Amino acid sequence: MSDKKKLKVATTSLAGCFGCHMSFLDIDERLFTLLEHIEFDRSPLTDIKTVTPGTDIGIIEGGLCNAENVHVLREFRANCNILIAIGACAINGGLPAQRNHLPLTTILEEVYHTSPGLANGRIPNDPELPLPLNQVHPIHEVVKVDYFIPGCPPSGDAIWKVLTDLLAGREPELGHGLMHYD
Amino acid sequence: MSHTFTLDGKTIPFEPGETILQAAGRAGVYIPHLCYHPEFKPHGSCKLCTVKINGRQTASCTMRAMVGMVVESETEEINAERRALTQMLFVEGNHFCPSCEKSGNCQLQATAYHLGMMSPHYDHFYPNRPVDASHPDVLLDFNRCILCSLCVRASRDVDGKNVFALSGRGIKTHLIVNAKSGRLADTDFTLGDKAAQVCPVGVILKKRQGFAVPIGERTYDKAPIGETLAEGK
Amino acid sequence: MALNEMHAEAVAGIVDRVLVRYRRDPSCMVQMLREVQEALDWIPPEAIDRMQASLAVPRTKIEGVAGFYAFFYLQPRGRYRILFSDNVTDRMLGSEALLQQLCSNLWIEPGKVSEDGLVSVDRTSCTGLCDQGPAMLVNNRAISRLTATRIDEIAELVRSKVPLAEWPADFFAIDDNIRRADILLDAEFAPGAALAAARARAPDEGIAASNMRSWREGLPSGIGGPIATLDEIKRANLRGRGGAGFSTGLKWESCRNAPLKAGQQRIVVCNADEGEPGTFKDRVLLTSKPDLVFEGMTVAAYAVGATRGFVYLRGEYRYLLEPLNAVLAKRRADNLLGRDILGIPGADFDIEIHLGAGAYVCGEESALIESLEGKRGTPRNRPPFPVTNGYLDQPTIVNNVETFAAAALIALNGGDWYAAIGTKHSAGTKILSVSGDCERPGIYEYPFGVSVRQVLADCGAGDTQAVQVSGPSGICIAPAEFDRIIGFEDIPTAGAFTIFDNTRDMFEVARNYVHFFQHESCGFCTPCRVGTSLLMNLMDKLARGCGSPYDFAEIEKLNQLLQSMSHCGLGHTACNPVLDTIARFRPAYEKRLTQKDFTPAFNLDDALSQARQMTGRDDTHAHLSTTHGGQA
Repeated sequence: MSDKKKLKVATTSLAGCFGCHMSFLDIDERLFTLLEHIEFDRSPLTDIKTVTPGTDIGIIEGGLCNAENVHVLREFRANCNILIAIGACAINGGLPAQRNHLPLTTILEEVYHTSPGLANGRIPNDPELPLPLNQVHPIHEVVKVDYFIPGCPPSGDAIWKVLTDLLAGREPELGHGLMHYD
Repeated sequence: MSHTFTLDGKTIPFEPGETILQAAGRAGVYIPHLCYHPEFKPHGSCKLCTVKINGRQTASCTMRAMVGMVVESETEEINAERRALTQMLFVEGNHFCPSCEKSGNCQLQATAYHLGMMSPHYDHFYPNRPVDASHPDVLLDFNRCILCSLCVRASRDVDGKNVFALSGRGIKTHLIVNAKSGRLADTDFTLGDKAAQVCPVGVILKKRQGFAVPIGERTYDKAPIGETLAEGK
Repeated sequence: MALNEMHAEAVAGIVDRVLVRYRRDPSCMVQMLREVQEALDWIPPEAIDRMQASLAVPRTKIEGVAGFYAFFYLQPRGRYRILFSDNVTDRMLGSEALLQQLCSNLWIEPGKVSEDGLVSVDRTSCTGLCDQGPAMLVNNRAISRLTATRIDEIAELVRSKVPLAEWPADFFAIDDNIRRADILLDAEFAPGAALAAARARAPDEGIAASNMRSWREGLPSGIGGPIATLDEIKRANLRGRGGAGFSTGLKWESCRNAPLKAGQQRIVVCNADEGEPGTFKDRVLLTSKPDLVFEGMTVAAYAVGATRGFVYLRGEYRYLLEPLNAVLAKRRADNLLGRDILGIPGADFDIEIHLGAGAYVCGEESALIESLEGKRGTPRNRPPFPVTNGYLDQPTIVNNVETFAAAALIALNGGDWYAAIGTKHSAGTKILSVSGDCERPGIYEYPFGVSVRQVLADCGAGDTQAVQVSGPSGICIAPAEFDRIIGFEDIPTAGAFTIFDNTRDMFEVARNYVHFFQHESCGFCTPCRVGTSLLMNLMDKLARGCGSPYDFAEIEKLNQLLQSMSHCGLGHTACNPVLDTIARFRPAYEKRLTQKDFTPAFNLDDALSQARQMTGRDDTHAHLSTTHGGQA
């Protein structure tokens, strides 16, 4: 692969903890090798704010817990050829989805009105704030997702394996040791 | 005349009356399964052990081996359907592996690894299933129940207690315990029961024991389920 | 004494009376639960306390069984429990509007109990009144031909708390609607005639001894009376009328030859769990020809050497229980049941009626036997088969109502007579339950071999788009196939014949059937338990206009999985309505694939509803567009 044909990769964290991004950095010195083949577009690593149309690979950490998550996910889907869900939250909602058995109204009531120690509790209603969804959803329930890297977080090795498989045109596969959901 | 059949081309000997799964296990060949346990009468409900015999699919845990049977198991077609079954089990309940004490020792999880399940694929049901923490020694987390009924069978057939049963129907089928209150604390269940030891997933958990074994040293960290369970243990 | 203790004591008294009637036999659990509920309107915890103590069975067993059947309530459901029949034919006749009317009339929501605990209104699977729908069950009593006026009358009766027994009798009139009768429905049949004919067919010499031995040991051959009867059944080429078409003679012979362990007896079971949506011919047979059916069972008992018989009657036909029991009592009085039937020494046989409680899967013979044994209606692993290991592990034959009626006529008139009717591969007649878009819905009995076109002409169907033969687990055919015939060699059927004219949306028909299977899946095996729900969700997604080619492919994959991995016929056939309608009415689906790209199954803007409600926001950022512009 020559420099001219570097693949554009965008990443983001929706309702996630950035742990998957940290794990991405655990690729360590192999990042240098990776950077011979890819360049980063929108990502917390670059501070680019929008996804360039025609981006080759979008990597999504985290599930969907509010309206902004949906907007960002849609932007990625619209502008990336390949979309990868990375980590438990993107794949099954993960920790944020543990609220799914409770009505959102009950949660907001509890958090802003009835919890002890709240003075003058009000539910924030600034239009700048994204509204939470009734339930947290994994991203494949809202857009088509091409590949998944499970794990909480997936190891740097697992991420490396999937990316190098894709760069080499192979179907990504995680064997024993790399495949885990926790 | 020798009692053998072929499984994916390999000759497997069997004792008359043995099922395909039992014979394969003795020969060291793994067929995925969840509701089967060598100490209990086969149940045939999870369908993970489905194989193809002379072109027809059937559960290998309940099908008796017969001389000359031609059985296919590890084909991409069958494994794709098994993978779909594990995905169904994942979305039907609430399986959040990172926060589950059974992770690394869970047969559902390990089977999904074996089958290369990269995602749950389907939309999640996110059922509301409250946990039962009433018992002093044991936690019941129904979120992870896959309705294999191993605890039902163990409590009934070994412990002689009938602590567990399935109630409801269809997608509303659920595990119940033998108490008017519906609480495990009000049953005669104890940690020494066989039923406390057979759950393949993380429903029946010993309290104050979680995460005792570090990641990397748990059962299926060390070897994939196919190598661990081939003997049907 | 505290009020709740008095209550518990009163409940215990009621429960005790029921348990005594069933000899405290846990294998009668389903019947005991039914009677407890009939007395108490639901099954309260105090009743389970008493059953647990008195029967010495674990509570889990009682609750497990009670939780399985749709008609058993472990929560109060009101003094009036109203269930609208929800077959597609009921819907075509406007059942949903009537349900909404009744609910708004009574100020309740479907599925919920009124605040005063008086009444609940919900839906239930087909009640077998498709020729006179829309229909409902009120505390398991059927009311057919519902109209807006009738709904208002019912609401008034409920509000005024008029006991059900005092409701106008004409509300509960159910018609047979026999439009075409043949050998079965036209039979001038004198009770006992078939048994007498069977007896006469055997040589007198040594018959008493051989009968005795046959009855006890079930010897395979060389025995006079029973074997002569079995021979006639085989000569008649009679095949099971439940749809599968297994040879009745072979089934009976296998049961007769199955060894009996000490203390065992052979069992004859009549499958009257007519749950296939669109089928109601067994109801009419049991109403109009009950003696023929019971006599057929007795003939079977004679042929296989059985001493105990059951009719497993679906809970939806609860109102037939008293009339049928009266017929059984008369037969006992006439020595057609009981000991030494017709004076034939050793010919001991009696029949009891067990009621189901709202579980379609119990039409599957091994699930039916589980239910007869007082358990959850889960299909067994087979082999072994019921003919060797059936009811309480005893050799058991399970046959359809119509099969027994035919067997009685064969015993009376001989196998050759019967085999000459119908076609080469399908002897005799078939009773069709005709409903849907036609002028004369009802019961039509034809010799096998009648064409679909002929049936449509006879019942006055016009502009027919499709016919669902044998219900949702059967086959859906289009006009190009109307020359096909009813028979095991072409279209086998349990009897349902549901007609859809050109105004009907075949996608919606399939969607109704998919909902039915989802509701009726027993939950035992993974593919059917989860797969029927996934399939239902996908069909609903298409119906909401969120469907894309992705979902269509998913439906096809699920169909494949259900067929290949399911435990029993319910799962195997759950996708038939979808497969058939996709194959024949594809435009009805393509119309639904309104999205080019993958679209969520849920409405994203609706998913912000609770947050909007709590924050009072309605600005543009408080909404999400429901379709997304991204590529697939």
